[in-house]
Amino acid sequence: MDKKQMRSRQKTTIKKVLHYIRKYWFYLFLSLLLAVVTVASTLYIPVLTGYAVDDIVAKGRVDFASLFQILKSMAVVIALTALAQWIMNVCNNKITYYVVRDIREEAFRKIEILPLKYVDAHQTGEIVSRVIADADQFSDGLLMGFTQFFTGVVTILGTLLFMLSIHVGITLVVVVVTPLSLFVAAFIAKKTFTMFKLQSETRGEQTALIDEMIGNQKVVQAFSQEEKVMERFDEINRRLQTCSLRAIFFSSITNPATRFVNGLVYTGVGIVGAFTAMRGGISVGQLACFLSYANQYTKPFNEISGVVTELQNALACAARLFELIEEEPQIPEPENAVALKEVKGHVELNQVGFSYVPDKKLIEDLSLDVAPGQRVAIVGPTGCGKTTVINLLMRFYDVDTGSIRVEGQDIRDVTRKSLRENYGMVLQETWLKAGTIRENIIMGKPDATDEEIREAAMATHAHSFIKRLPDGYDTYIGEDGGSLSQGQKQLLCITRVMLCLPPMLILDEATSSIDTRTELKIQEAFARLMKGKTSFIVAHRLSTIREADMILVMKDGKIIEQGNHESLLAKGGFYAKLYQSQFVHS
Amino acid sequence: MKSLLVYLKGYKKETVLAPLFKMLEASFELLVPLVVTAIIDVGIAQQDKDYILKMGMLMIALGLIGLVCSITAQFYAAKAAVGFATGLRHALFQHIQSLSFAEMDTAGTSTLITRMTSDVNQVQSGVNLVLRLFLRSPFIVFGAMIMAFTIDVQAALIFVVTIPLLSIVVFGIMLISIPLYKKVQAGLDKVLGITRENLTGMRVIRAFHKEAEETEHFVESNQALTGVQMFVGRISALMNPITYVIVNGATIALLYCGAIRVDSGILTQGNVVALVNYMSQILVELVKLANLIITVTKAMACARRLEKVFDMQSSLKEKKQETKQEENTEGNSETETEDTVVEFKKASLTYQNAGEESLSGISLKVKRGQTIGIIGGTGSGKTSLVHLIPRFYDVTKGEVLVDGRNVMDYPIRELRHKIGMVMQKAVLFQGSIRDNLLWGNEDASEEELAEALHIAQAEEFVAQKPGGMDFVLTQGAKNLSGGQKQRLTIARALVRRPEILILDDSASALDFATDAALRQAIRGMEDGPTVFIVSQRAASIQYADQIIVLDDGKVAGLGRHEELLESCSVYQEIYYSQFPKENGQNTGREAVSHG
Repeated sequence: MDKKQMRSRQKTTIKKVLHYIRKYWFYLFLSLLLAVVTVASTLYIPVLTGYAVDDIVAKGRVDFASLFQILKSMAVVIALTALAQWIMNVCNNKITYYVVRDIREEAFRKIEILPLKYVDAHQTGEIVSRVIADADQFSDGLLMGFTQFFTGVVTILGTLLFMLSIHVGITLVVVVVTPLSLFVAAFIAKKTFTMFKLQSETRGEQTALIDEMIGNQKVVQAFSQEEKVMERFDEINRRLQTCSLRAIFFSSITNPATRFVNGLVYTGVGIVGAFTAMRGGISVGQLACFLSYANQYTKPFNEISGVVTELQNALACAARLFELIEEEPQIPEPENAVALKEVKGHVELNQVGFSYVPDKKLIEDLSLDVAPGQRVAIVGPTGCGKTTVINLLMRFYDVDTGSIRVEGQDIRDVTRKSLRENYGMVLQETWLKAGTIRENIIMGKPDATDEEIREAAMATHAHSFIKRLPDGYDTYIGEDGGSLSQGQKQLLCITRVMLCLPPMLILDEATSSIDTRTELKIQEAFARLMKGKTSFIVAHRLSTIREADMILVMKDGKIIEQGNHESLLAKGGFYAKLYQSQFVHS
Repeated sequence: MKSLLVYLKGYKKETVLAPLFKMLEASFELLVPLVVTAIIDVGIAQQDKDYILKMGMLMIALGLIGLVCSITAQFYAAKAAVGFATGLRHALFQHIQSLSFAEMDTAGTSTLITRMTSDVNQVQSGVNLVLRLFLRSPFIVFGAMIMAFTIDVQAALIFVVTIPLLSIVVFGIMLISIPLYKKVQAGLDKVLGITRENLTGMRVIRAFHKEAEETEHFVESNQALTGVQMFVGRISALMNPITYVIVNGATIALLYCGAIRVDSGILTQGNVVALVNYMSQILVELVKLANLIITVTKAMACARRLEKVFDMQSSLKEKKQETKQEENTEGNSETETEDTVVEFKKASLTYQNAGEESLSGISLKVKRGQTIGIIGGTGSGKTSLVHLIPRFYDVTKGEVLVDGRNVMDYPIRELRHKIGMVMQKAVLFQGSIRDNLLWGNEDASEEELAEALHIAQAEEFVAQKPGGMDFVLTQGAKNLSGGQKQRLTIARALVRRPEILILDDSASALDFATDAALRQAIRGMEDGPTVFIVSQRAASIQYADQIIVLDDGKVAGLGRHEELLESCSVYQEIYYSQFPKENGQNTGREAVSHG
């Protein structure tokens, strides 16, 4: 049952892969054709060599005229084979790399339209590994499949045909003894499978320990646990040694064992061939030809069995990629979606209900009317789900029930672009792309002039540190802000929003990671940014909270209180407790 | 590579025997064409059936001996390689564990983890392959040539020409394509970078609706990658056709030359067949050798990286045992008189590769039982300061004394045992809560654990977990919230009943109420520890016995809250940014009256 399912899954994956290959059908056709040509001419060479040997019988009995003819045709066949082989290789490269490129591109395009729900629920590393590692593995497998699988099959068939055409009896010897080598290889592979599994499990166990202990070495050292950790490590290491040795040794028997069986085939052909030659059934040249066939006949079998596992692996990788590609994208915009225009900043939440998982309600029946220019502070202990509100406002997630309206329009009826354009968002987890400072600032306004950029940077106090960087605004910063400090990164993110000045803002105040002086600058920058704008602030700072027109108090993902500072204090609920705790002293 | 070979030392026998047996196997393989020649020239020519059968048996015998030799070789090679890797891993892990914070900072943990895992594996397979093939392949190549010489010198000259020619092609293509593969890797890294960036920054990218632009960027890089791959592919695609032409060209030459020699009676027909056989053996082995060299180059690169790790030496030198003993008594007497637990004497710290001092001229005396608050901006040196106490880093100038004794004079273990350290990042390990707490003190009783949990304000949530203290944490303690993790790390430090407790911004994920309750509980401990609190929150350190205000690595202020509020401008700035000036004090009072 399980096997059947796997097989049918493999089948569908193959179908999908073929779908991508179809675009390059010409190369595929050419490659297959050339494979046949290559194999046929490769196999023809031993025949010609055999003829040549037959022309060289003994002293004074060499037929030079015939030999020259044969050698000439050999040269032609060799040249032809080499050429065909090269073109075939190039074709295979083309198909493989193009197909992988296409799949990768499609995967990336899908990432850009995936709902955030998917991305939040999956680890970045896992998705990246699908697009990079899986695609790479798939391309390796595909290339090997093309170069070796098909030629392997053709070689086996071709060899059989050639041998049969020379002598049936000896061919039978080859055909009967060869499976023995395959049997031996399969037997060893089966026996070693569990050993390899044990090895990789043990390895995984060890890697987990290494990861944990070296990753947190400072703690290990602070508690002087080095020796105990070493003991645990050595215990796993010893087990790994035992099972690695087994796996490696037993699997490495495969080659000598199959070589031995090949030797048996060779010997069989030698003896039977010699007897036949004695009876004049074949010539010495034909015997030489047979011997060289016998030598290479088992090779494609071994190769194919290797390729099959490789291909299966490649298919598994492809299946993972397709899984990503076929993932449900975010809800597409309705065709009549309009662009939000002349936004003043009027935001309404009507009986909004939302949850990440169906059976755990987070927000229920939340209604809120925010007039243009008002400030809404969202407060609560860390990890209480303050970002959920941001997710809904920006339409990173859709509400389950109720609606969110901007200027009276349901945000599901407007284009995502126009909605998000009207929000300026500064998150606590600063994100900068690898590129220059300038490129990062102009994200929201690509056509900004240098003057505008500088003005924005001045307004946010970012200018002073930017101009001290080696290349000023053209300084290249690496992935995730490179060597910039957390505060500097935050300032850049604010500048980015400052430059486009949208009518609505979503701000996430930093907690502890920024130093006070930079923090003051950031505060000032925020204040300047918020002037006259509707703003939603995830707040940690008392002054921000106190000045807000409305405070949403969240706990465990739920909004439990709502009102302004005074009314909430008077209420004496969770907010009051939270507020006062700052001043409690023993 | 050389310095790593020590780990093969225990496997001398295996290291010698493996290639030896391989060579033995190869020699038997080289004999086979000669037997075939005999069958043709003697058996068939003289119509001698018995002779042919005898030769057949001989071939099978050769094969059997070859098989036994080969399996023996494989076993020794595997044993040596696996043993080598095991020893290497052990030594490497031990070495990494001995590295101090300074080296860990420069090396980076993720790099070290890669070294420990994939690099060691690569080196292992490198060693294994070298033992098996490095002698075998050249042996067969040259052996085949020598055998050719024994048959006929003139024909063998064709081998002399062919082998270098083949080598040039095989290794030339390799030499050209290896640097290109690096380019492929670079292209792949770029595609990977863009993908990761788009996942981590998805919210921002969508907020600025940059999806189309990013896609374009990806397509470009992806295309560039494909371009390089195609280029490399085209070059390596030349390998097979060219070698094929050379070997078969040589075969033609052999046949031609052989024909002349046979015609003049110098060679037999069987000799020609043997020569052709040797030629095809050479090709197979050369290709194997080329693949081997690729693996070995990779393994060598890994080995070099590993050597670099071994070259890193811990910058912390431990004092010898004897000197310690004397100073210990000395130190104790001093402690008793002054009761100063920690003292900084003009301590300065410059990190490796850093131009400027991160701490300069810090002087400070801390009495037993005091609470010290450390406040200042990011990069002002707060964490660096507390890291000097357990000697995570060594001062570059001045000295740090614990119980009157220079920290450098302690055995590190003894020093760190006095200290309960709670780091900024709350790190817990896979295992039960109890296992984690026991890190603080292996011999702690159940009551002591419970008490630590109580003080750390963790009692309640631990009790709620299924199994209580036996609740098993996943890797990285992902099944706990940030605040819960922080409280457990505090409990872990408390379990050892430290003389000195260092809380390095370790209440950041706690709400203010819990933070306050925690501080209160620590104060209430019997023989309470000397506490260092590093924080960004003025409220957390406001009531400390001494507050150090750091600014850019220097002490900008030292004293109690009230004093600093009057005299220290940096402290004022920090404090008033968190408690606005006009009504900061008032609201405080107002709030208290509410409570």
